[in-house]
Amino acid sequence: MSDTPSRLSPLDAAHEAAGASFTDFGGWRMPVRYGSDLAEHEAVRTAAGLFDLSHMAEFLVVGPQAAAFLDAALAGQASAIANGRAKYSLLLTEDGRILDDLVVYRLADDEFWVVANAGNHDVVAAELVARGAGFDVSVGDETFTCALVAVQGPDSVAVVGRLDELDVELDAIRYYGIVETTYRGQPILVARTGYTGEDGFELYLDNPGAEQLWNDLVAAGAVPCGLAARDTLRLEAGMPLYGHELTADIRPREAGLARVADVGTPGARVLVGLASEGRRAGRAGYPVLRGDTVVGEVTSGALSPTLGHPIAMAYVDADASAVGTELSLDVRGTAIPATVVPLPFYSRKKA
Amino acid sequence: MSTLYTKDHEWVAVDGDIATVGITVYAADKLGDVVYVDLPAVGSTVAAGKIVGEIESTKSVGELFAPLDGEVVERNESVVDDPSSVNADPEGAAWLIKVRFTELPELLSAEQYAELTA
Repeated sequence: MSDTPSRLSPLDAAHEAAGASFTDFGGWRMPVRYGSDLAEHEAVRTAAGLFDLSHMAEFLVVGPQAAAFLDAALAGQASAIANGRAKYSLLLTEDGRILDDLVVYRLADDEFWVVANAGNHDVVAAELVARGAGFDVSVGDETFTCALVAVQGPDSVAVVGRLDELDVELDAIRYYGIVETTYRGQPILVARTGYTGEDGFELYLDNPGAEQLWNDLVAAGAVPCGLAARDTLRLEAGMPLYGHELTADIRPREAGLARVADVGTPGARVLVGLASEGRRAGRAGYPVLRGDTVVGEVTSGALSPTLGHPIAMAYVDADASAVGTELSLDVRGTAIPATVVPLPFYSRKKA
Repeated sequence: MSTLYTKDHEWVAVDGDIATVGITVYAADKLGDVVYVDLPAVGSTVAAGKIVGEIESTKSVGELFAPLDGEVVERNESVVDDPSSVNADPEGAAWLIKVRFTELPELLSAEQYAELTA
């Protein structure tokens, strides 16, 4: 708990009314769960869950040199993204350390929508402004005026499709696609992206429309889910979380992100998946052992609600990273056997 | 029989020289869905303030502190078998251990505990 008052989501009153428990996340007061986080997790895997992600940082990048600017500012080639498509990217220091991971959506030739982590808002905002010097581009910080609501799960198309006032052909939006349209007459961005390992949509709109959209989605059958479920969902899907798998001490190659930016020292520590039996999970910071020797550290871990056994992501020495390697986790003094397994732990069945 | 509370969000129901111990609704809500419970063995000696067990949820690990000195005379095996019962009825059916004690330490009243969690 911090003494600094948290920022409030435009949906704060709705969460309060729904009986949510709250946590501070990236400087925002956000719902951690409404009731059972296991039930919320399962709703996303089997039906459709609804998340308030209004804490995320959004930047609108506009100008004749918008693509050239983002090519220079971020990993990967924003200029190669087609209009209406998105790409996962990284904000790196000059020597390749990870300042944030983000998603870049191309709305038009000269217009991009960049979404970053709440906790890194200030760093990303400052870096985008600094790196924009010399480019004919404007960077608008939309974080505090833009709400983000995500619908995730196999029933997402059906649920979002029940919104009569949403003017969109959902089937025409492919995974990592985005369209600009209107909802109840207001502009809205509908992106087929997410952080759960399921199909789903992320909906960006101005704060004043957020509560109506939220209530409409609940009425359409989406189950409100908190950040606790979001964390176990993304962990099962093997997705990194900034502050855990990604930090300013990590380079992309170590994090398994060479496809995004081929930076880092080969032979350094490697991010791996670990699976155990029983019910006791390794948690962030717990040592990973081979025999009596520490060979790494857990970055995230939980008893997987979907798989029913403990899973963890961990950085381990490269020579302990091969799939099948038998390691153990120091769970508060008890060595729990753990095997290196491929990531992700869970993949949805593709239709 | 009276129910007292600790700063560690446990309740202690005293009946003669036996104290029944569990975690409060507040603690269960903070933990989220409990998936693993580890309790001390029957016959083991516990000391006030010492960690004697664990209550693990999907999100975090909570420690069970002994609220008083004594000997564990019973543990709730049904909670070990079904950890989710801690969420369902933490101040009732999902009691954790019973401890035989000789001296009752100073604990919080229901009013004092309510203030702590307000």
